[in-house]
Amino acid sequence: MCLAIPVQVVSIKDSEAEAEIGSVKRRINICLTPEVKVGDYVLLHTGYAINVIDEAEARETLRLLEEIASLSEIH
Amino acid sequence: MKFIDEYRNVELGKKLIARIHQRSTQPARLMEFCGGHTTAILRHGIRQLIPQNIDMLSGPGCPVCVTANADLDKAIASAHLPNTIITTFGDMMKVPGSHSSLQQAKAEGADIHVVYSTQDALQIAQDNPQSSVIFIGIGFETTAPTIAASILEAEQKGIKNFYIFSFLKLCPPVIKAILNLGEVRLNGIIGPGHVSTIIGSHPYEFIPKEYGIGCVISGFEPLDILLCIDKLVEQIEGDQPQVEIAYRRSVKPGGNRRALDLMNEVFEIGEANWRGMGTIPASGLKLKRKYQRFNAEQIFSIDPGPPREPKGCICGEILRGIKMPTECKLFRRICTPEHPVGPCMVSSEGACAAYYQYGVN
Ligand code: SF4
Repeated sequence: MCLAIPVQVVSIKDSEAEAEIGSVKRRINICLTPEVKVGDYVLLHTGYAINVIDEAEARETLRLLEEIASLSEIH
Repeated sequence: MKFIDEYRNVELGKKLIARIHQRSTQPARLMEFCGGHTTAILRHGIRQLIPQNIDMLSGPGCPVCVTANADLDKAIASAHLPNTIITTFGDMMKVPGSHSSLQQAKAEGADIHVVYSTQDALQIAQDNPQSSVIFIGIGFETTAPTIAASILEAEQKGIKNFYIFSFLKLCPPVIKAILNLGEVRLNGIIGPGHVSTIIGSHPYEFIPKEYGIGCVISGFEPLDILLCIDKLVEQIEGDQPQVEIAYRRSVKPGGNRRALDLMNEVFEIGEANWRGMGTIPASGLKLKRKYQRFNAEQIFSIDPGPPREPKGCICGEILRGIKMPTECKLFRRICTPEHPVGPCMVSSEGACAAYYQYGVN
């Protein structure tokens, strides 16, 4: 029910946008994420974007995971 | 897919698991509150990969499952109102109420549409101006802003035949209720990732402060969940319970301000009726006075009669974390996804359905 999937916004018109899901384009509602820009990834939940995914934080988490992994090798 | 595949990296996962094994020495009982986590944990076999001293319980975080029969019965009864179209998320169709289900009502001729979004429900209302269109509003804080948005859109577009049941529920109050019940001793909580995308991390601060255990908000991919478990283990071993976000690409401490504003515009906090836990004060969302004309319970006279619980079903205890699906005598033998006895076997994120699908005996 709280399922949400990352999709990329490919065009925006007022409170509606088009997002690419796999290779399919779908209309999504962006009234909860007024800051969204074309090219951003959003989490899509029941037809609404519920946030804009923070790419910098995503990279940071992956860096942290790599770091943890390398630490566990030393032990 | 971007933001999914990277978090399924098997090599990194193995190393993270090794690290959890190295660091975890004490018995730790963790509860994942979100049904989406229960499903992900079983799908990826995470319970089997982590150390045996870590026990994982599922909680009350499946909206379909926690909807009380009394509420479900109202929705089913409303399907028989004249000139009425019911719109609902698909998971609700097969849930057995006290006497019937939406699926059965549909077979008996009721006009029921499964929708993916409130946007679709609004469209149906616009296309059928002569009918009353009722949307069955279930869900947590993730879904509430989308329902609020649909109410505001109906208002703005002058759609006069759109109504909702608000059976919406809130996560932090039910976490508190479970902790107050004290039936299970928990050492840490896996916080719901998408609820927290909306509400942020601040509403969980009471957990370490009042109950002395940590809450780490997690995403839904295997590496997200392992990272969350790793952080909880670190907190438990160091005896430093706190609220942390292990899903930073989505969750900000303050949540989504715009979504919270819309939710607060349309709804106010009220009591809610939870399966297995009864009425919990200040744990649900009700339409504000200003928006009562959208309130199906107010507008239509619906009397489904007193609710009945399915005999032998222990969903309520499973939702409180005190029993496992496999402890239900009906599990797999009588109760299956094709013939569900209780809601926990219907919803794709119900604990019974997840245990069934991923072959846990
Ligand atoms: S297996 Fe079926 S009957 Fe048993 S608790 Fe789960 S849903 Fe209820």
